[in-house]
Amino acid sequence: MGSEDRKLRLGRRGFLGAAASVLAAAGARADAPDPAITEVQEWARVLGDGVATRPYGKPSQFEKHVVRRDVEWLTASRESSVSFTPLHELDGIITPNGLCFERHHAGIAEIGPQKHRLMVHGLVERPMVFTMAELRRFPGRTNRIYFLECAANSGMEWRGAQLNGCQFTHGMVHNVMYTGLPLKALLDHCGVRTNGKWLLVEGGDASLMTRSIPLDKAMKDCMVAWAMNGEALRPEQGYPLRLLVPGWEGNMWIKWLRRIEIGDQPWHQREETSKYTDLLADGRARRFTWIMDAKSVVTSPSPQAPPAAKGPNVLSGLAWSGRGTIKRVDVTLDGGRNWRPARIDGPVLPLSLVRFYAEFDWSGQELLIQSRAIDETGYVQPTKGELRQVRGVNSIYHNNGIQTWLVRADGQTENVEIS
Amino acid sequence: MSRSRSFALAFATLLAASAPAAAQLLPLGRAAMPAEIAAWDIDVRPDGQGLPAGKGSVKDGERLFLEQCAACHGEFGEGAGRWPPVAGGRGSLKSENPEKTPGSYWPFASTIFDYVRRAMPFGNAQSLGPDDVYAITAFLLFMTDVVGEDFVLSNANFASVKLPNADGFRDDDRETAEKQFWGREPCMKDCKTEVKVLGHARALDVTPGEKKGPKVD
Repeated sequence: MGSEDRKLRLGRRGFLGAAASVLAAAGARADAPDPAITEVQEWARVLGDGVATRPYGKPSQFEKHVVRRDVEWLTASRESSVSFTPLHELDGIITPNGLCFERHHAGIAEIGPQKHRLMVHGLVERPMVFTMAELRRFPGRTNRIYFLECAANSGMEWRGAQLNGCQFTHGMVHNVMYTGLPLKALLDHCGVRTNGKWLLVEGGDASLMTRSIPLDKAMKDCMVAWAMNGEALRPEQGYPLRLLVPGWEGNMWIKWLRRIEIGDQPWHQREETSKYTDLLADGRARRFTWIMDAKSVVTSPSPQAPPAAKGPNVLSGLAWSGRGTIKRVDVTLDGGRNWRPARIDGPVLPLSLVRFYAEFDWSGQELLIQSRAIDETGYVQPTKGELRQVRGVNSIYHNNGIQTWLVRADGQTENVEIS
Repeated sequence: MSRSRSFALAFATLLAASAPAAAQLLPLGRAAMPAEIAAWDIDVRPDGQGLPAGKGSVKDGERLFLEQCAACHGEFGEGAGRWPPVAGGRGSLKSENPEKTPGSYWPFASTIFDYVRRAMPFGNAQSLGPDDVYAITAFLLFMTDVVGEDFVLSNANFASVKLPNADGFRDDDRETAEKQFWGREPCMKDCKTEVKVLGHARALDVTPGEKKGPKVD
């Protein structure tokens, strides 16, 4: 290992406080045979665990650092707080269930499916109650992959670069394949009256979370889901039932969904007045800003995942849009002087994360890395400066500005803002 | 008859039976009873729809607030530690530190009533009766100078209460106000001559895992 490499690894280790890298500890010399090959390793000699000793499989013991993390100073209590998806450690487009970011308003409700009920009432012909077993017997079950982004994702960055790591700056997003029913099937079953224009959706946790949703959206593509990535929803994600509101801010995706009321006006609940409204520079605020605009972030290199060595490297990142399908992602290594289209790989689906790559050769020069997403509506992800020009810095929500990572000559990577 | 054949026949019968039933309701779910709807339907709209019968005074509200709310929200509603303030903040919305309280920001008094009733006190939600919620709402309105200290809030006079920032909101107008973000052909080559780093996250040093972040009060 060259001294430059070692420095990089040390830098990364010191920065993360992570366990010593196996490679760094091995200290193999370039001119000597690699003991990882020439010596018989423990795992190649003795028997490992048999089947069913791990009835629910977990990640390798060497992946213990890949976890959700929170920012202690951000909120008053962990029951009403957020933990962030470790985007820098993931690849592809699907977020593993146990790593999907959490946002709870009254902790994780643990609700047994036998005791869970879904009520539909208000301006309907037939107010009804459904059990989980009945929902599973409904015709028209469907599977869809959608991103869910908290409206406050990147909210700490309005006034400038603040947190070092895409987990913290962009980790309030996840992307999962859901199984459930189109909400339309349930609403049609109950018969929405002609004056029914809005839904109030409510969760069963101790915050009884509520949001108003226009009927058009509910009929278009909302779903009630009981499974994510092929297994039951995790309690943190609303087991046994959650609402999906594709492309719209995560707060509306009510977890532990227990009630849907149909009405003729919005309810102006706490989460759509005092929260999730976007305060502008003139002291007035936008409300009902439901759609998540196109956004992207480079997940590697990033402060928690600096480049491992000089030479060939793979830049990787995620892009998404609440208005449809991502059409193109551009990346720059020189702070926006020059851009090139990234290579999108894997499924390209509307209202889903897409994965992009850009291979590059790093000679050790300083890099200023950015990505820029363009969606099918022609929306081009703006710079943070452009966003601030129209919104000021008090919005908290809907910060989809272009992110910059500075890679220093020693490999340390930092969240910065540039001209 | 073979098993699979009998299944196929039964399936065909089922299909035949359900085919004309397109207009008919599948036997899934049951009627929600009025008592069940009443138990869960506690939401309140700005026009007062959904308010329960009841009343509560500023005076009773002060007592309840000190007992049930002040530990987090502060005796004067100023907010303890990182817990949100529920009073003050008027005129702060354009400042560097906007304080979004019912008096400074919230558009509708119904939201106070609805939220306290469904989600407060934190950790003991839905423990307050309607009169308690009227009283606490009245006290919060008093703290924000919307009503006087002798005020008694009830379902009868609720609609008369207006919050100062009721007109401070407009519906999402991004598609017009930010239309410059659409349809641009982004520059790909020689887009800037100079790039300066304007700010570093490390200057603030608040990322968890590096060092302990500061407590922000």
